Amino acid sequence: MVLVFVENAADELSQQAVTFARGLGDELHAVLICGADQDAAQLGAQGVSVIHVAEGPDGYAPAAWAQSIVELAGLLSPSAVVGPGTDRGNEVLAHVAARVDQPMAANCVSVTPGAPASVLRVRWGGSLLEEAHVHGSPMLLTVAPHAVAAQHNGAGEAAVEPFTAALSDADLLVKVSEQVPAASAGVSLADADVVVSGGRGVGSAEGFSVIEELAELLGAAVGCSRAVTSAGWRPHTDQVGQTGSKISPEIYIACGISGATQHMAGCKGAKKLLAINPDGEASIFAGADYAVIGDLHQIVPAISAEIRKVRAT
Amino acid sequence: MNVLVCVKRVPLTGGKIVLTEDRQAIQTRHLGFTISPHEECGAEEAVRLIEQHGGSSTVLTLGPPEAEEQLRDVMAIGVDRAIHLVTDGGEWDPQATAAAIVEAVRSDSEPYDLILFGNESADSGNYQVAVRVAHALGLPCVNGVKGLSVQDRTVRCEQEVSGGRDVYLVPTPAVVTVKEGLNLPRYPSVPGRLRAKRKPVAASTPARVGPRLEMVRLVLPPGSVKQAEILGSGPEAAPAVVSMLAELGLV
Repeated sequence: MVLVFVENAADELSQQAVTFARGLGDELHAVLICGADQDAAQLGAQGVSVIHVAEGPDGYAPAAWAQSIVELAGLLSPSAVVGPGTDRGNEVLAHVAARVDQPMAANCVSVTPGAPASVLRVRWGGSLLEEAHVHGSPMLLTVAPHAVAAQHNGAGEAAVEPFTAALSDADLLVKVSEQVPAASAGVSLADADVVVSGGRGVGSAEGFSVIEELAELLGAAVGCSRAVTSAGWRPHTDQVGQTGSKISPEIYIACGISGATQHMAGCKGAKKLLAINPDGEASIFAGADYAVIGDLHQIVPAISAEIRKVRAT
Repeated sequence: MNVLVCVKRVPLTGGKIVLTEDRQAIQTRHLGFTISPHEECGAEEAVRLIEQHGGSSTVLTLGPPEAEEQLRDVMAIGVDRAIHLVTDGGEWDPQATAAAIVEAVRSDSEPYDLILFGNESADSGNYQVAVRVAHALGLPCVNGVKGLSVQDRTVRCEQEVSGGRDVYLVPTPAVVTVKEGLNLPRYPSVPGRLRAKRKPVAASTPARVGPRLEMVRLVLPPGSVKQAEILGSGPEAAPAVVSMLAELGLV
């Protein structure tokens, strides 16, 4: 059997991990930490036959969550333990791997079981893939976000079985002790339908006024490249890239951005990309659906003016 | 306090990744090298903590002889000394990497209050070396930290999550992995670079245990190059852009 760690049964990425794990072709059990019984029916429809609900501490505690999975795996002897390729999915599976001293493959896009198992996994934030052999048992892996679409298979209800792991004080040393709500409202980068973004070509913090103006007209979030945050023109929360936000808007408007792989790793989820750049040879155009060649300081205000003109008529 | 920051030499990939003929590595003939943005923030944080609390900072890397360049870069912003676990340049899997770091930490004369890593390496992105090191050393580990302070032997870590920030309080010694955005790293000064040339680098050659996550070959993702539709040049392109936006229902 395969054991899938469900971080949150309502979350798309956890559901993708379930679908991916089902692809291993074995009986599928899920492990949820802390009470989440209301989601049982949903997981049953995704092909899970047994849901193990582990009693856990209040709130997130990575080592304790991992210990629960380790103990459960000790009882069930799964051929694989699969988790979502989220911050917490990767963190918990890494703790599991350290505890059982087995290899773990993070952010896999496909897997072929065997001895050794063969996986295709993400490197460089998705700019490159790696074919790797996993020499371990159970096979431990996380599923790259959007490697598969979450699918129901219409199977029956899952049995729910409570489980209590023996947790030590050391397991509970790292836990969330306080939650501070975000202060700002506005359009968040991760959820925005439109993102207007500026790069080194914007030239200065003040230069972003034309980007902000267009973003406001389109109800868009403002983004930027790493060169911009490194220069201190924009806060890091605006950064799109491998080490910034990963976005998936309907359209991404990239102004004065060269298109380094670090940046493209953050915006490859965009459905359409419009690049505005004076250098027709810039890498950004290789990832663009639409191109405008020229100086963003002239082109972006002209687009804003045109939108106002069209809306006024 | 004593702080250790671990970094990894990686190529500056620029706009396009080209693989070597045997697909075992990125073609780096024309590329410079750097460390991950997360690790740059880790190095900056190490320097700030020592400025604030006193003590000493150390940078560690596992990598080829050329990775001394990255150790000097990190020392140029103010880290005091370096540990270089020298390899032949081949790929080390996360378990082998963690084992070598654990051995280096155990045999070092300095007991560390805080061991910093980037949340994940820029290249292989395995998300686990720090967790394995923490587990082997019996230390608490907090991941993905974007806010960090130390007071009375307690580390306060803030993690960005959907809807706000989660706070963790852990006792030192501890392992913490950081994300870019934790701070704005300083640029090295010329005197800093000169001082870095004279700072000590303790080099050793650890034994590599066989890979259990074994890289077979690198693969370029399919369909990553598109043919862009050129809407025009200069401000005259604005009407074409707006009609495209209108087709998407945005205007």
